Amino acid sequence: MSATGILGTGLSWSLRDDLDQLFAFHFMVNAFRAGTIVAVLAGAAGWFMVVRRQTFAGHTLAIVSFPGAAGAIWLGVSATAGYFVGCVAAALVIALVPRPPSGRSHTEESAVVGTVQAFALACGVLFVSLYGGFLNSLTGLLFGSFLGISDRQVVTLFAVAIVVLGVLGAIARPLFFATIDNDVAHARGLPVRLLSVAFLVLLGCAAAEVSQITGALLVFALLVMPAASAQQLTATPALSFALTIALAILITWLGLAFAYFSVYPVGFFVTSFGMAVFVVSVAIRHLTTHVHRERRRALA
Amino acid sequence: MSLVATNPFAGIGHMLQHPFLRYAFLAGTAIALAAGLVGYFVVLRQQVFTGDALSHVAFTGALGALAAGIDPRVGLYGACIIVALVMAAFGSRGNADDAVIGIVFAWVLGLGAFFLTIYTTSRSGMNGGTTGVNVLFGSIFGLSRAQARTSAAIAVIVAVAVITLARPLVFASIDQAVAGARGVPVRALDFAFLALVGITAAEATRAVGALLLLGLLAAPAGAAQRLTSRPFAAMWLSAAIAVLSIWAGLAIAYAAPKIPPSFAIVAVATSCYLTTILAAAVRGRERPLAPQPIDPSP
Repeated sequence: MSATGILGTGLSWSLRDDLDQLFAFHFMVNAFRAGTIVAVLAGAAGWFMVVRRQTFAGHTLAIVSFPGAAGAIWLGVSATAGYFVGCVAAALVIALVPRPPSGRSHTEESAVVGTVQAFALACGVLFVSLYGGFLNSLTGLLFGSFLGISDRQVVTLFAVAIVVLGVLGAIARPLFFATIDNDVAHARGLPVRLLSVAFLVLLGCAAAEVSQITGALLVFALLVMPAASAQQLTATPALSFALTIALAILITWLGLAFAYFSVYPVGFFVTSFGMAVFVVSVAIRHLTTHVHRERRRALA
Repeated sequence: MSLVATNPFAGIGHMLQHPFLRYAFLAGTAIALAAGLVGYFVVLRQQVFTGDALSHVAFTGALGALAAGIDPRVGLYGACIIVALVMAAFGSRGNADDAVIGIVFAWVLGLGAFFLTIYTTSRSGMNGGTTGVNVLFGSIFGLSRAQARTSAAIAVIVAVAVITLARPLVFASIDQAVAGARGVPVRALDFAFLALVGITAAEATRAVGALLLLGLLAAPAGAAQRLTSRPFAAMWLSAAIAVLSIWAGLAIAYAAPKIPPSFAIVAVATSCYLTTILAAAVRGRERPLAPQPIDPSP
């Protein structure tokens, strides 16, 4: 079936037929496999990112995947390698830039992160310009494309995701402790600095994986939206962690399905569903706190 | 090329014979001045993340206007200023919770991708892809004479406004509570400042592109803060570094046509910042035990 055929068939009234059609092609099955892997990883890393309030750093890491991939294409090596090298290198830069004397460290950090981000994107532009204009794949790099994910890519994504999740699981407890109270954790002898560097590297790997589906500019959506929504709904860490991953998978699946049946990019649907989930979560939280307050007032 | 290499002055003269470069220098200088001044306060008030969010809004605003078939500048300035004011209205200091800003601008960017698709598919045959790239990464060499003059005029107005507001703004940024108690209209300043950030973001989008404008906002200001702790000196230094970055960047892009001007500009600004960080690190290593001179007088 040609590309116009795929778009021409469109949606039918039967959900079963639509689902059959969705999975009729191997590339789409691969897209769902890759999407699921990426969603789990993004949910797990994103949850810690939001709890640690490192969203700005996460955003930068996501963006760095663009020059990484563009540079790899310019040099003629695989874009997948470029994604990982770019993101991990940026994570190390952000983690290792010398801290100024206390007091203005937060101001300084955001300026450093912002500059790294702009410079990284600028490098991406340079590589694209040196390579000599491939505008279609440029929008793909920036805004994502789910077409043409090969079996090998799925295997790579899966392997890296297993390693990242394994390490994250191993350091989860001390990392959470250090996140909640850095000073106490430090006093209790935890290697706080090392944990922070390790987490940034893990976040870099996750960003590199996610950007292969959503595009460099929209990675951040999948990192932050499920986590922030889950934390609106529950304050229990374990529950909100599980909910984050479930929401990430839901958003990715819906995004892929809608992108398949329309001409608009997958990134647009993923971000829109993420936004919708967040808005609904905020509304639910406001409603429940309101109901609680009313009930308490009625009891008193 | 050979002229540039052998005689720098003849090279500069040569460079400025091209009208498109004259326009680029005219608009670029004014935009850099505004971005450097505004950027200093953005960094001082810890609102870099807000500037980042605005850069995404700039992209979506411009492409939304293109998709609707109107002048992209209307969408660009309109979206930036409105979103900046909304951000000032939320959060007591325009400093909303990190995750919420992140979510909103991730969605805004997704919306931009949507408009880009509408624009490219509805106007097939036109260079829609190039337009999208120009909004994202700037097109300072593509400015017409009228566009350059308008951009320069707006940027100069922004710069003058920032200089006028500088004293109360420094006060309110360093200690908001005390400034409020002393009768500084802190809240009104928030709105005014963020509106100026919005205009600057839209302006900088013309020069270096929506995605790179943090390079002009954050890097010169960060470098200036490293070099001096006196607020007004740092403010002027930040503007000077921004202007220098634009000049050097434009010259590099002219001398080496393969290098896009927005990359060259951001690269110069980043290297200025990197130099100050490295210099501080080296100085810190030389006298690790005496970081702060202590004043013995009572």
